[in-house]
Amino acid sequence: MKLSLGPVQYYWPAETIKQFYDKVANLPVDIVYLGEVVCSKRRELKFDDWIAIADKLSEAGKEVILSTMTLLEADSELKRLERICKNGRYLVEANDMSAVYLAQNNEQNNSGFVAGPHINTYNNETMKLLSECGAQRWVMPFELNKETLHQLNENRPDAMQTEVLVYGRIPLSFSARCFTARAHNVGKDQCELRCITDDNGLPLITQDGQHLFTVNGIQLQSGAPVNLLAELDAMAELGVDVIRISPELLDFEQVIEVFHQVVNNEVSPQLAMETLTNYSEEQKWCNGFWHGEPGMDWKSVTGI
Amino acid sequence: MVASNNKVELICPAGSLPSLRAAIDNGADAVYMGFRDETNARNFPGLNFDETDAIEGIKYAHDQGKKVLLALNTYPQPEHFKRWEKALEYAAKLQVNAVILADPGLMRFATENFPELRLHLSVQGSATNQHAIAFYHEHFNISRVVLPRVLSASQVKSVIVNSPVEVEVFGFGSLCVMVEGRCALSSYVTGESPNTCGVCSPAKSVRWEETSTGRQSRLNNVLIDKYSEGEAAGYPTLCKGRFQVGKNVFYAMEEPTSLNTLEILPELVKMGVSAIKIEGRQRSPAYVKQVTRVMRDALDRCQSDPDNYSPAESGVAILDKVSEGRSHTLGAYHRPWQ
Repeated sequence: MKLSLGPVQYYWPAETIKQFYDKVANLPVDIVYLGEVVCSKRRELKFDDWIAIADKLSEAGKEVILSTMTLLEADSELKRLERICKNGRYLVEANDMSAVYLAQNNEQNNSGFVAGPHINTYNNETMKLLSECGAQRWVMPFELNKETLHQLNENRPDAMQTEVLVYGRIPLSFSARCFTARAHNVGKDQCELRCITDDNGLPLITQDGQHLFTVNGIQLQSGAPVNLLAELDAMAELGVDVIRISPELLDFEQVIEVFHQVVNNEVSPQLAMETLTNYSEEQKWCNGFWHGEPGMDWKSVTGI
Repeated sequence: MVASNNKVELICPAGSLPSLRAAIDNGADAVYMGFRDETNARNFPGLNFDETDAIEGIKYAHDQGKKVLLALNTYPQPEHFKRWEKALEYAAKLQVNAVILADPGLMRFATENFPELRLHLSVQGSATNQHAIAFYHEHFNISRVVLPRVLSASQVKSVIVNSPVEVEVFGFGSLCVMVEGRCALSSYVTGESPNTCGVCSPAKSVRWEETSTGRQSRLNNVLIDKYSEGEAAGYPTLCKGRFQVGKNVFYAMEEPTSLNTLEILPELVKMGVSAIKIEGRQRSPAYVKQVTRVMRDALDRCQSDPDNYSPAESGVAILDKVSEGRSHTLGAYHRPWQ
């Protein structure tokens, strides 16, 4: 299985992003997804800056894919989407049907596209349609489970690859409203890009102290990161081609290293889990979606 | 697509036969309904139509020249895909005026097997811009799109101008804060979501607790809200709870409130919406009757004399009474809400 690094979900300063990808160039990931996927107001990096990072990573031997936003409303956002879809060089990850529409009708980009996790690929009929439109890979929607994955993969089109998120906070929803701005008691138009100070989002906590969700601008993520380290063997058997890690500034190098070692059978999942545990302040992962349970649940397989 | 002659349909919720009759009797141009299972996004106990009720309801509407739209707007997974196919076949047999679909796979099945059947893209289809709409139009020849409740009024206008199909928008009812069709908050907490099971914050996961400090609501054991004595307690929908972000405990996503467009109805009519939808298949026939009446009156006045329209105070009061938290908002239509 190949290892991929998903698009950065947070708003980091330009310098932080550049340094981050300088490091990624030397890490054992095969595929890197790039671009702003949450909010069009986040413009620390312009299109050309992203392409420059893409070129660097590509030179370092990474397969680069440009990810597109999930919620596209304004005409200016569609213009930017068109620019990404017509970049002429890199494959695009579509996270909205508008991107599928542009990718399928795009003579400059006839190599196809990746159907991202926010395209609702819930059955084989949909997968077949996406395949005919040019999808060469689908990323499993986050709320689906391993049994559904099994059924979908049994009948997937020949050339279709499967990708699954195995580590990181799960993007759960998007809104017209900015919840970071709301937490600061201002509207989206007055947000002043406050989210740039939240490296890993803002915790949303229940009144009895449970870190339920993570506020990230117009997006809500899971409170706990998903961790499917113990499921990699099962995934290989189910025909998963690519496993995805979602970037966080904290410990990303170690997380990538650990997953790389387990995929290559250098370390047992059991031992790797113990290493990962050492990195966390508390043990607070989730894996419920994979097991067909509420997504926030944690079912321990390795005893950790 | 701009509606011709500013003709706007009023689409009302029919969660049961009595609600369907209430809607038709009080001025609905069309009702929307679902079968009694997870094929629709209001899969609640005691709600929706079995075969007998469906036949009777459709006859009732058609006899009075009104339309029936059937919602099959959840996302079937491989194991049960046949169930959705059967529901679609049955809908075609019942001669409903359109089916409201979200899943591209099911839309393909509909297009291939029932080319005459009119298709509406459900709000759960999550199309928020002209290119997404064009995708569904090109592949499935959809006739109408129902827009998610995330667009400002000016963005709705832009979509209408650039959309190849009719545009339907929400006019009143419970407010989804998140873009519909791509929200997994409910399945993260309860294992069931609108996409997979046709439910959000399902009743079977709700627990009310009386404590020494007041009432609490929990969803699969997660604390959604605490109420002080005498404070009205609303249904614990995940995105309407009080949580802590930073130092403050507040409605971090949205307050318990309902969408109400009475104020901007002439604007919506002028920009060319083809239909206004009232949310609330889970609500009572009395709700349907009251809301349909108020909206019918408002829409009629908007269409006959838009320049002199203002919302009737009595209408606003009636709608507030049946609103969540007894208050209303323009939601995303109004930019400062965002």
